Amino acid sequence: MFPAGAAVRVKNDWPEARGPVHIRTPHYVRGQKGTIVRHLGDFPNPEDLAFARPAADCRLYHVAFPMEAVWDGNGAPDELLIELYGHWLEPA
Amino acid sequence: MDIETPRAHHDMGGVPKFMCEPVDLEPHALTDFDREVDAIRGLLGAKEVMSVDELRRGIEAIPEDQYSKLSYYRRWIRSIADNMLRKGVFTEDELRAALGEP
Repeated sequence: MFPAGAAVRVKNDWPEARGPVHIRTPHYVRGQKGTIVRHLGDFPNPEDLAFARPAADCRLYHVAFPMEAVWDGNGAPDELLIELYGHWLEPA
Repeated sequence: MDIETPRAHHDMGGVPKFMCEPVDLEPHALTDFDREVDAIRGLLGAKEVMSVDELRRGIEAIPEDQYSKLSYYRRWIRSIADNMLRKGVFTEDELRAALGEP
């Protein structure tokens, strides 16, 4: 469980290149460093629900990213706030 | 941003080729077809035949050239039909017969 304020990195993983998948992690945050804002609750993994497979509960977080890092120097000083599942995050 | 990433075609946020296209912000009236598709989706969810996650997976599986031409609810009905065929709720022959196709 990541506490609020924890520095995390989104896994630079591309499961869509390996076969049919359903994932909720947009391409533009893969590999990006962000900060945990809050734990939103635990929800059945949509990656399994999408294929009618048994789905374990996964932690869902609000994660903040600096806009200029995500969009190549554009968007400062704003931030991007996005919902991401814990299994996509690793400590940064 | 690396635009050479193997993103799926529906995952289009921030993709440069879409950045210069104006966004249509006008509300759109729902057609009878749209309402019917929405009702079918609601029934399939209520009866636990198909989840919204399965609906989304089916939408994302529509090939890019067709995806870009289909309306919002035509993508839904395409996914619903694909899901029902996968689950064996009806067969391709039954679907063709219901649609009046040879």
